[in-house]
Amino acid sequence: MATLHTVNKSPFQNQTLISCLGHTKAGDAVLMFEDGVYGATKGTALSDAVAGLGADVKLYALGPDLAARGIDAGRLADGITLIDYDGFVDLVAENDRTQNWL
Amino acid sequence: MSYDVNGATIEHDEEGYITNLSEWSKELAGIIAVAEDIDMGEEHWAVVNFLREYYEEYQIAPAVRVLIKSIKKSMGPEVGNNKYMYELFPYGPAKQACKIAGLPKPTGCV
Amino acid sequence: MSEIIKKFLYVNRKAPYGTIYAQESLEVVLIGAAFDQDVSVAFLDDGVFQLTKGQDTTAAGLKNFSPTFRALGDYEVTKLYVEQESLDERGLTLDDLQDIQYEDEDDDYAEKPSIIVVSRAEMADVMADQDVILSF
Repeated sequence: MATLHTVNKSPFQNQTLISCLGHTKAGDAVLMFEDGVYGATKGTALSDAVAGLGADVKLYALGPDLAARGIDAGRLADGITLIDYDGFVDLVAENDRTQNWL
Repeated sequence: MSYDVNGATIEHDEEGYITNLSEWSKELAGIIAVAEDIDMGEEHWAVVNFLREYYEEYQIAPAVRVLIKSIKKSMGPEVGNNKYMYELFPYGPAKQACKIAGLPKPTGCV
Repeated sequence: MSEIIKKFLYVNRKAPYGTIYAQESLEVVLIGAAFDQDVSVAFLDDGVFQLTKGQDTTAAGLKNFSPTFRALGDYEVTKLYVEQESLDERGLTLDDLQDIQYEDEDDDYAEKPSIIVVSRAEMADVMADQDVILSF
């Protein structure tokens, strides 16, 4: 019984990503898309918080939104999996529920 | 679209609910009731007054099942039941009584 | 109407008047209540501000919808989960929130509190226990 959490706002603008990460359970997935992808980059003030989740929670970032913002794969934090739109659909289908963190 | 109360113009929406709730008066209620083909008796007024008090307290016009349940609790089962309430307001107790009471369309009426 | 009862959770994370989210959420909860599902409502982050007492919107010219939370019991929405950490972070306690009750039909209509204060970890459990989560 796992949940897909989605975050589409920059974590430097509001607390949504932090709140989301505080409510995940082992086996859950977190997908960062739209401005949420800024939370998937390394060397930021939030990188530790994101990396601190460990392997229990799988982290994903949506490739097309990274590309649109000029963030290449080399700037992704460790442990983030890059997916495309098909991968997004797969995640929704694989999980029991989706929670959109607005 | 508007009602005319002694020469005053009270705007309403396409379904007959008044747009400015503070413009309600007993006279207006009587005029809306005539348009709804309802002959207002004491029992009708009791429901309309109950609705206005409910709105005053909760800022919401209750859905029909909530209205009937609440009336049953406050006025007893002989009034607070579907059959009687639909006799009073044949086109829907919540919808018609809310309109007459000058409230918005009930929230949660599907 | 479907005979299968699903667990619905409405998640509120926004303060009441700055955006339309809070009011829209409440409206959807009330409308959704007609469908006889197992409904819970969660308040976390700035969402806890929705439940504070003493809101007076007269001078601001807005509709004060906070009294409507007290009508949720009439709509058989009786589980309002409020996150303790979110209250703490904002300098609030349960005493700062409205007293929201429902009448338990299975217990001679005894009045019982609708607000259930939970920790962040418990809130995660509540979320993980749902069939559908709607966020506002």
